[in-house]
Amino acid sequence: MTGPVDVARPFRGRVFRYGDHVNTDVIFPGRYTYTKSRPEEVAPHALEDLDPTFVERVRPGDVIVAGWNWGCGSSREQAAVCLRYAGVGAVVARSFGRIFYRNALNNGLLAIVCPEAVDALEEGGEVEVDLEASAIRRGEAVFGFSPFSPAVRSMIAAGGLIEQTKRRLATG
Amino acid sequence: MTEHGRPADTARNFAQKALARAAGEEAVAVGQIVDARPDIVLSHDNTAPIAEIWRQFGQERVSIPERMAVTLDHAVPAPTVRHARNHAEVRAFVAEQGVAHFFEVGRGICHQVLSEEAVVLPGDVILGSDSHTPHFGWLGAFGAGVGRSEMAVIWATGELWLRVPESIRIRLEGVLGEWVTTKDVALTLIGELGADGALYRSVEFAGPGIEGLSLDSRAALVNMMAEMGAKNAYMPPDDDVFRYLAERLLARPGRRAGRGAEPGEAAAEVAARLEEGALHPDPGAEYAAGHRLDLSRVEPRVARPHQVDDTVGVGELDSVRVDQAFIGTCTNGRIEDLGAVHRVMAGRRTAPGTRMVIVPASSEVWSEALSRGWVADLAAAGAVFGTPGCGPCMGNHLGVLAPGEVCISSANRNFQGRMGDRGSEVYLASPAVVAASAVAGRIVHPREVTE
Repeated sequence: MTGPVDVARPFRGRVFRYGDHVNTDVIFPGRYTYTKSRPEEVAPHALEDLDPTFVERVRPGDVIVAGWNWGCGSSREQAAVCLRYAGVGAVVARSFGRIFYRNALNNGLLAIVCPEAVDALEEGGEVEVDLEASAIRRGEAVFGFSPFSPAVRSMIAAGGLIEQTKRRLATG
Repeated sequence: MTEHGRPADTARNFAQKALARAAGEEAVAVGQIVDARPDIVLSHDNTAPIAEIWRQFGQERVSIPERMAVTLDHAVPAPTVRHARNHAEVRAFVAEQGVAHFFEVGRGICHQVLSEEAVVLPGDVILGSDSHTPHFGWLGAFGAGVGRSEMAVIWATGELWLRVPESIRIRLEGVLGEWVTTKDVALTLIGELGADGALYRSVEFAGPGIEGLSLDSRAALVNMMAEMGAKNAYMPPDDDVFRYLAERLLARPGRRAGRGAEPGEAAAEVAARLEEGALHPDPGAEYAAGHRLDLSRVEPRVARPHQVDDTVGVGELDSVRVDQAFIGTCTNGRIEDLGAVHRVMAGRRTAPGTRMVIVPASSEVWSEALSRGWVADLAAAGAVFGTPGCGPCMGNHLGVLAPGEVCISSANRNFQGRMGDRGSEVYLASPAVVAASAVAGRIVHPREVTE
């Protein structure tokens, strides 16, 4: 257990590469979905059916790099939460399953569409992710991505959808 | 002109119309982000963890109890004490908050039950903390899946932001051949367009082929569009749909205040009111892509492990032995599906070494199968039955798989480890192919065991 990283500031980590159509069942198995929900319960099962040694190796700020349609399948939010609380700062992919994409941003896990970075980044390499600059850096190389909307950035800065909604309800 | 630069009278697709209505706007453009107020929101066994999130907001009451539907379906009856505790928390929450629509263990799968109960009506926007919520497109509603946190926010505020999706139009022509079902149509489309072929998009079916499809088979096709990445899917509702819902509303006076049925009202009046509330895309509406499929050219198809878009014709498989055959789920657990299984299996038997598990999608389906005598026939053929609900679809209980085992299933997903051990394999097919494979002990075309 390593805990989440602050993604509102630039952070550095290593790359874990996976393929296309990685679904939420292998990110967080269905056999736990109705018995485990809290971050500390779900994080130890991150990617359990895809890469059983992932949770032993991941460190805060590490980055998952994947192909098309990362997070397709079930709507289970634990798929985003388990990665976030295992320490993953961002998933960089060619595309995302739409519910995973929303769940990730709502929980402060960056979901970044950046095919150039997917082409270039190698397993185990060091990268820096800079939300403010909308950029991924590896040494001298810089891979830009489409900036998140001001609404999404303010939600991430607030600590996610739940914290943002608390503030909204408190201010009426 | 609207502020988004499109004339208000531009031809609009279904997604634009449904989201405009839910957002209280005259017209919305593709790509616009709207604050939608859903007509209905659904959650299931995940209601208790959502409630735990919602309690962080410090509200005493949810803001929309009249729009909430909760069904216990994912692990029913409770297989472990932890599941039982989860169900108990759901029941306590539902009672405390006065949730309008609650369905107990055994009533069935949320998507099937909310259809049978006429909780969702044509033109509605329904958001669900379940990825198969696009299912309700078979009634002409806009259904989309959301996460647990998002559902908690909707309970608290009554609304959620949604992006108006691009739409793709799929025109269906012709009629299905013998032993061919809309499951095969879905697997054909997903095989051709890919598991992300409709990612973020609204899939809108059209064309003369729809008319000849039974209601059960429409639901199966729309349901499967979740496996193509669709945000929602839609079929234009016709008289068959309006009558189906009208009869059910008349049997349940008071359901859906303002849009429901009064006791003693004529079914035709109720159906006419439903038709008025239905939404249809305009001719010339904007579509990002268009496809055409001749139903008469579709053949029985199978999706191989572990991807839904890895499909082949059933005849192209080389003698795949099966340990388990599974019939059920929101995709193919309805009465028509059990009818296909009965047609194949009655008077025959499961092959030695192959077991068959059937989990009806709802208590209504279960009762109907009982009264038609199908349950007795299928039990005699070697099938075992589980409580109406999701069954082993996501590996909770009632038929999970051991390492190395192979299952042919009428469900919607064959992801690695989904139905049990990560070393097990799941093939997806129509109920008729699943039943034939149970009899043969390997994956075969229904013709092989019936002729």
